[in-house]
Amino acid sequence: MSVLTAEKLKSFYVLDILGAEKVVKAVNEVNLEIRENEIYGIAGESGCGKTTLLKALYASIEPPLRLISGRVFYVRDSQEIDVYSLSKEEKRRLRWEYIAYIPQGAMSVLNPVIKLKQTYRDFLDSHVAGKTKKEAFDMTREHINKLGLPAKILDAYPHQLSGGMRQRVTIALAALLKPRIMFADEPTTALDVVVQRGVIQLLKGIQEILGNTIVLVTHDMGVHANLTDRIGIMYAGKMIEEAKTEEIFGNSLHPYTQYLINSLPKFGDKGSRESAPGSPPSLVDLPSGCPFHPRCPYAFDICTEQMPEFLDVGNHHKVACWLMKEGKDAIAS
Amino acid sequence: MVRVVKDLFKDYRFAFSFSIFCLLVIFAALSTFSPYDPTFWFHAPRNLPASWTHFLGTNSKGQDIFWQATFAIRNSLIISVIAGVVSRVIAVLVGLVAGYRGRTTDRVLMFISDGLLVMPLFLIIVLLAMLVRERMNLVNLGLLLAFFGWAWDARVIRSQVLSLREREFTQTAILSGTGTLKLVIKEYLPFVTPLVFSTLINNMSWAIGMEITLSIVGLTNMDIPTLGTMLQWAISYQSLLLGLWTWLLTPVILSIFLFIALYWLSVSISEYLDPRTRVQRVGEK
Amino acid sequence: MTFTFVRRYFIPRLIQYFLVIFLGITAVFFIPRFAPTDPVQRTIAELRSRGTYLDPATVQNMIDDLRELYGLGGSWLEQYGTFWKRVFTGDFGISFFQFPTPVIDLIRTALPWTLSLLILTTMLSWVIGNVIGGVAGYFARNRWLRTLDAIAMVIRPMPYYIFALALLILFTYVLRWFPIAGGTAVGRKVAFNLDFILDVLRHAFLPALSLVILGGAIWFQTMKLIVQNINAEDFVQYAQLGGIKERRIVFRYVIRNAMLPQITGLALSLGQILSGALITEIVFSYPGLGTLLFHAIITGDYNLIMGITAISILAITTMILVIDLLYPLLDPRVKYR
Repeated sequence: MSVLTAEKLKSFYVLDILGAEKVVKAVNEVNLEIRENEIYGIAGESGCGKTTLLKALYASIEPPLRLISGRVFYVRDSQEIDVYSLSKEEKRRLRWEYIAYIPQGAMSVLNPVIKLKQTYRDFLDSHVAGKTKKEAFDMTREHINKLGLPAKILDAYPHQLSGGMRQRVTIALAALLKPRIMFADEPTTALDVVVQRGVIQLLKGIQEILGNTIVLVTHDMGVHANLTDRIGIMYAGKMIEEAKTEEIFGNSLHPYTQYLINSLPKFGDKGSRESAPGSPPSLVDLPSGCPFHPRCPYAFDICTEQMPEFLDVGNHHKVACWLMKEGKDAIAS
Repeated sequence: MVRVVKDLFKDYRFAFSFSIFCLLVIFAALSTFSPYDPTFWFHAPRNLPASWTHFLGTNSKGQDIFWQATFAIRNSLIISVIAGVVSRVIAVLVGLVAGYRGRTTDRVLMFISDGLLVMPLFLIIVLLAMLVRERMNLVNLGLLLAFFGWAWDARVIRSQVLSLREREFTQTAILSGTGTLKLVIKEYLPFVTPLVFSTLINNMSWAIGMEITLSIVGLTNMDIPTLGTMLQWAISYQSLLLGLWTWLLTPVILSIFLFIALYWLSVSISEYLDPRTRVQRVGEK
Repeated sequence: MTFTFVRRYFIPRLIQYFLVIFLGITAVFFIPRFAPTDPVQRTIAELRSRGTYLDPATVQNMIDDLRELYGLGGSWLEQYGTFWKRVFTGDFGISFFQFPTPVIDLIRTALPWTLSLLILTTMLSWVIGNVIGGVAGYFARNRWLRTLDAIAMVIRPMPYYIFALALLILFTYVLRWFPIAGGTAVGRKVAFNLDFILDVLRHAFLPALSLVILGGAIWFQTMKLIVQNINAEDFVQYAQLGGIKERRIVFRYVIRNAMLPQITGLALSLGQILSGALITEIVFSYPGLGTLLFHAIITGDYNLIMGITAISILAITTMILVIDLLYPLLDPRVKYR
């Protein structure tokens, strides 16, 4: 059952630098369907539009970011809600109760001048009415304990905690009202591996307890391997491949994905690693047709002219590549 | 350079204030054509209303108000320019030395600078002005004000220097044998100049405000027409009670326009220079 | 509160406090010593001009006594020592303007007027300016708030004198709503009844208005700038992502954080604010230190000016110290290391 769908989502940054208009095509026609009770990963290099995609899915679009076209639907109690047609207040009420967001750099998102228990209470009060101070505190403490975090941190100020602890606090905060969907943007970046493990365990634990959906954005393929059920690969604002995690790692079809997977070190393998030649295109100045064609070893003429469709090639494995249609023979040869 | 000016003009505040300021400067330049010597009294009948021969009428000292005003603006501007430029020089020197030297020099200089920032300067300037009362003229007043107006900008320049010091090109220059003085002047000055310019305007505004305030307590040279002395004469001759509105309001309105123009200029220029506000300006259409 | 905190935060500030007072008052001592006129001679001349006959022996006695009174006896070092001894007892000498009243008495009468005006208007303008500026910075596109900003752009560059004068002309001459000068109606005695208080308020209203509007415009604009930066901070964005109610974001997240640099700003601007208050008092002939200063300048009464300056320096540095000491209570990042 899908819990969130995006149709033909286009979201660009429109900037005016010294008189010249520059358009950054961060999300360039994305179609997504995310199911309930799964962990969906979004992978890709820095600057490919992952965070913007999350913002667009969360309907948190502020200038200079604009929604150009497309729609996003949340499914709640078997009802489809067109998020962009909601009023500001309706959107606000959905937040945290239905869908929560763990932003990038979660270590610095806490209000530095209030204690953590106050922050938790703010989130609680804004969505659930009528709780006394004590009730709110008890709820929070119980929630924190259940997730394996010490209750005394609630009396602390953010700067008194380590970065890793703050990260976990923010994740726990996102789960406070038991949302159906949780977005996590680079939750393990800038943390040491031990803390990373703690974060991964925490996310896993939350998903198991609540049985909800987590959309995990990270460029770290190791985290995807550890946590996700399905992965979508993004490149230059487009979704170019989507499949079950095992499929992506074992049987990737898009040349970019193949480069991505092949560049990961494996135990015992001492051979040299090869990554895709060149660098990702500027989102302001995209190449024609398929955005990967300048770096693709298999590029045909049609790749420079038309963007391939995002097709299901069996087993819920979707790819956007002309190879799927034209070039099966070409690979063979 | 032309593009910079064109960009600046897109901000209505800059366009407005720049035009007003130019008008006022032209007005001040008119003083060279004045048919009357500003220090003489009674070259015209007293207390005349505005007319074609006397555009703004005359005052109780028998002087044409219009031509007095041209001199007033001219002299006030001269004072503020002297005060502004000299204090910029001091601010740059102090800021550069404190920022580059660091350690004790820095702490001593910043202690002095902070002291000047925090003190009730009006009182201290009053004390000093009383001492040199006899020999007060445009230049001396400008220098006196310059002595106190450098503190804020010295700090600003110092922080700029501190950040420049950490940058790569400093190390490169040092390693290639550039002497301290040459390094500081040649390499850092281009970064510091825009800061200096925007604070100059602010300082000029403060100087004129100070000049007016000092005139009210009689500490400037009453014979030299400035915005402050003109206002002070008007008040002491009870222009308010006698209804001599042009005499009183001319310096008031002229100075109000001058202050607004200077302030808007400095705000629009410093917003233009600050990359954060510049992007903000243009990102919303 | 840990001992290291006390050591690292309090002690340096206390040292700085005493150092500044010491240097400031020393400067106050030295500057008038460079005056071209000798206050003793001037006093004698003044007395003579009032028509009294003085024989040479009496004059010499008077000179000695006056030198003693003005603290001009002995070498400079001795004078300096006497000066400090007297400062500690609050003796600033005899006023020339109101000879032979001691300076400290004149100051004592004027000080409550100035302090009450200053403290009230500073607090009002700071709070109102910051709250409105904070809201204006958050709702940057609101039309009403943008007009307020435009108004502030016109008010802010005005020096205290011009603004007070403009208000004076407008409200006392043109509109005749308020009395022209003074603290109370002429000849009224100080009494704590409603009549007196209303009278005081009526007289104090315009100078207070002048200070509150001008000060408020400055806090409004600086707060707006700070808030515009804070809006972009991660924790504000996060609160919005979390769907926290807007009112709470504005007050507990934005303003609460933006206030902190404004507290420091307040401490730094106290000198300017005091100067402005004194100038405003002069315009309205309000019976505080400002008007006293005015008379002192006109009559060349160095003792009185020194006394006012010394008291002002003392008052300002003390207020700054108090603010500095209160700051950790508001910013937990300073309190808990």
